[in-house]
Amino acid sequence: MKRVYVNEEWCLGCHLCEYQCAFANSGETDMVKALKGVKINPRIQVEEGDGVNFAVQCRHCEEPLCVKGCISGALSIKDGVIHLDENKCVGCYTCVLMCPYGAIMPGNGTAVQKCELCLNNSCGEPACVKGCPNAAIVYEER
Amino acid sequence: MGNNGINYIHPEFEVVRDQDKCIACRVCERQCANEVHYMDEDGVMRADNSKCVNCHRCVSLCPTGALKIVKSDHTFRPNGNWTPQIITELYRQAGSGGVLLSSMGNPTNLPVYWDRLLLNASQVTNPSIDPLREPMETVTFLGKKPKEIVRDEEGNIVNNQTPQIRLNTPIMFSAMSYGSISYNAHASLARAATELGICYNTGEGGLHEDFYQYGPNTIVQVASGRFGVHKAYLEAGCAVEIKIGQGAKPGIGGHLPGAKIVGDISRTRMIPEGSDAISPAPHHDIYSIEDLRQLVYSLKEATEYNKPVIVKIAAVHNVAAIASGVARSGADIIAIDGFRGGTGAAPTRIRDNVGIPIELALASVDSRLREEGIRDNVSVVVGGSIRSAADVVKAIALGADACYIGTAACLAMGCHLCRSCQEGKCNWGIATQRPELVKRLNPNIGSQRLVNLVNAWTHEIKEIMGGMGINSIESLRGNRLMLRGVGLNQKELEILGIKYAGE
Amino acid sequence: MEKNYVIVGNSAAAIGCVEGIRQVDTKGSILIVSDEPHHTYSRPLISYLLWGKTDRQRMKYRPDSFYEDNKVDTLFGVKATALHPEEHTLELDNGETVTYGKLLLATGSRPFIPPMEGLDQVEKKFTFMTLNDALALEEAITPDSKVLIVGAGLIGLKCAEGIFEKVTSLTVVDLANRILPSILDEEGSKLVQEYIEKKGVKFYLSDSVAKFEEGVARLNSGAEVEYDVVVIAVGVRPNVELAQQAGIDVNRGILTDVHCATSAADVYAAGDCTVSHNIASDQDQILALLPNAYMQGETAGIEMAGGEANYDKAIPMNAMGMLGLHMITAGVYDGEVYKEQNCEGYKKLFVKDGKLKGYILIGDVIKRAGIYTSLIREQTPLDEIDFDLIKHSPQLMAFAKKERKVKLAGAKE
Repeated sequence: MKRVYVNEEWCLGCHLCEYQCAFANSGETDMVKALKGVKINPRIQVEEGDGVNFAVQCRHCEEPLCVKGCISGALSIKDGVIHLDENKCVGCYTCVLMCPYGAIMPGNGTAVQKCELCLNNSCGEPACVKGCPNAAIVYEER
Repeated sequence: MGNNGINYIHPEFEVVRDQDKCIACRVCERQCANEVHYMDEDGVMRADNSKCVNCHRCVSLCPTGALKIVKSDHTFRPNGNWTPQIITELYRQAGSGGVLLSSMGNPTNLPVYWDRLLLNASQVTNPSIDPLREPMETVTFLGKKPKEIVRDEEGNIVNNQTPQIRLNTPIMFSAMSYGSISYNAHASLARAATELGICYNTGEGGLHEDFYQYGPNTIVQVASGRFGVHKAYLEAGCAVEIKIGQGAKPGIGGHLPGAKIVGDISRTRMIPEGSDAISPAPHHDIYSIEDLRQLVYSLKEATEYNKPVIVKIAAVHNVAAIASGVARSGADIIAIDGFRGGTGAAPTRIRDNVGIPIELALASVDSRLREEGIRDNVSVVVGGSIRSAADVVKAIALGADACYIGTAACLAMGCHLCRSCQEGKCNWGIATQRPELVKRLNPNIGSQRLVNLVNAWTHEIKEIMGGMGINSIESLRGNRLMLRGVGLNQKELEILGIKYAGE
Repeated sequence: MEKNYVIVGNSAAAIGCVEGIRQVDTKGSILIVSDEPHHTYSRPLISYLLWGKTDRQRMKYRPDSFYEDNKVDTLFGVKATALHPEEHTLELDNGETVTYGKLLLATGSRPFIPPMEGLDQVEKKFTFMTLNDALALEEAITPDSKVLIVGAGLIGLKCAEGIFEKVTSLTVVDLANRILPSILDEEGSKLVQEYIEKKGVKFYLSDSVAKFEEGVARLNSGAEVEYDVVVIAVGVRPNVELAQQAGIDVNRGILTDVHCATSAADVYAAGDCTVSHNIASDQDQILALLPNAYMQGETAGIEMAGGEANYDKAIPMNAMGMLGLHMITAGVYDGEVYKEQNCEGYKKLFVKDGKLKGYILIGDVIKRAGIYTSLIREQTPLDEIDFDLIKHSPQLMAFAKKERKVKLAGAKE
């Protein structure tokens, strides 16, 4: 299955992926309209260290602890992609407790949010990968 | 020194930010090594124009297209003689007392002869060739060509060919040292050259151990400082280049400040960390063609006569005579670097005032070698601002065997010609050693863009040759009938050895 | 009736078991027997149901087509009455006997109701564990209700949250001197209590109901609490009777090995009815938590179908929201303490023997808590990571580059 992989040696810590993510999931067609004056809450987050940066989002684990732990049945695996049914999620944050990557986070409403590879938004392919200036995140089979 | 409070230097560029479009993502701030952009207390992005070098990194990465850089329209009283640049540079020196430093090639408004040369095409009497349907040969061999065919006692042909460089297309990447450019830039060049079946050139900084694997496509350079030169280094490449001069700074050596001599660069150059890498202006063992011959043969001896030796000179006034000497020195290839050739750092006055155009140098060298009957002694490679496939075709028609591209290669890797290499803060990860900047050039991307560029040019070369009815680069070489001049005087036409358009 | 697999229970452990079996065996027949008459639903969601954050349809733990998709037969509203491991048979209260190949006991637990004077006279008294409990409570309360909850643990407080907006007053009484003692430390309890009190819930701690009278509960401290509805949430007891009567090893709960197998051949057990091995404390205890139940069930299912799986990383862990205040906790609160407390929240990490043993996060500091959980579950030696970095905020930067390559770049371990 194609996954998003992180090449940390090429990550510049520019945070563009976070903005592309926030835009792709905003439902807007214009980035300025979507993000102007907005404190973004992206599903991908860039970690910053001493000369090292990398972006982290859902790894779409084969043995996903979030899905196993989800108390409401809102998280499920569909064709290898871990999908969140926002309608079912009650925001208990058990998935936040379970995810070893820290890749599920509180969303803007009750439900949590997570990367779904942009398969369910207007982008259609991971916006973070598309917008990365240095191929530090790639979407490929490995 | 008394300048406090008076700012003589007005910013050359202005950062124009469309605040309606700015989403304050701060990518401009994070990406600018010159620290132009910043966020104020109110969360609004601002810019300090005085630090901007117009490298376009921020413009290229701004996700909403909110930025552009414009030239300041602030003026001095107009003066055709004392131009704003001359005045500003003078102020700078009056403040610093130092030599002005610049980088990349000569940007002054001197004639570009390539643009005054026009190419021929076939009509009616000799058919043009469609490169998509017919084979079209761009493979080029560089090296001495045998004068005669030798046969053994039984009449079989004896291979008396000396070592050659084989290029799939008549383009090579010019010498740029590891140190002046980054590890990732070198990696990009090395990988692209290998994929393309052409050569890149180490420059005078030695060869990083990681790049020995690209040896068959590497030209190793020996310059006056001899940095990083040892037996394994000489044996690693497919050819050895003796650097006598460089188009951007003929007559002076290179200077890489000690601050850049760190880690791998120190090891590769074989000099202590922190020591300045100063290449002497001349090779102290070369004061004559005879001396040059000694070095050529020393290098051939060291590499067991398996590698062609290139001698690279800058295009200067008596270039034809010098080339004639080089062609007799035992060198296999002469590389000539024109006055627009790039550099990582050169004194401004030298870069902008020393040397001659490569077009004229090439034409006079080719003519001279032909006249003396020694053209086959050497191949001729030219560089110093080859900007397009058309320039390559014109150079070959003028008599070159192949071209070196340096600036064009840097542009392919992302360079925006801000001409600030000497600052060591290249925002594109090319002319810098700062790790956080170096990583901005991902060699997977850099090498691919180089491969794309050279492939694109090769397609264009084939198209142009096809139009002329020529199906092999060999048939184009020195074929000055394929060139006509426009806007040139009689002397220029004479030196170029071409007719005027319409003749 | 004869089935390859029989599962007693229909909650998280049972569903985990079905999904475990189907990873290995897509054909074998499966029967679920449950005394509850409902499609599988999420028990912890009953408080959200009352609160209005979910509804009957959305709180289904798996989609309507789950049983069909997984080729599972169901007997709902039917109770298993006797298990005969030797004969591989299960007797049901509808008179049928099922012969099984492998069987899972996922019988769960039930509320414990301590004897309290006058309780039998209380008209509107409830427990808070099942969907039926919640529906009955919902029926009973009115906007004028004064609700007395006995028990300040998870169930009692989640019940309080569920009905908070629907009643006039909420009073919680607990014998313990602090709330949520099973998941918080003393400081944390105090913090959360203050928060809930500010919202208007009244607590009587270190106290208990001496006597229920008509409309008034007299507490041992002498206080009087007006009420019209009582919820008893003092604790649960595992349903071990079926196992016990079948001669399976049981102490506080059903005993299993790492494969979730019981002492009887071909009988497995999972969920709240079992004893787990808490690796953070190295002690056996009942860990009645949904994620653990699911993982036990899945392990059992894989094993029952002939696959290989281990359930060997059990720790206590809880994520809980309380009227807008979120807390995430895991492990045991033993060892050297790292503490941070500010306007954002409250954090405590517990380190012992060079490993993270437990943590408490309350407020806006819960982000990426799973990275801590993983350190406990994987028993990662802290000298292999940058603990100084990670203790302030959980991040993958604290791991070695090689480890990050495994985690993020698809490198093999």
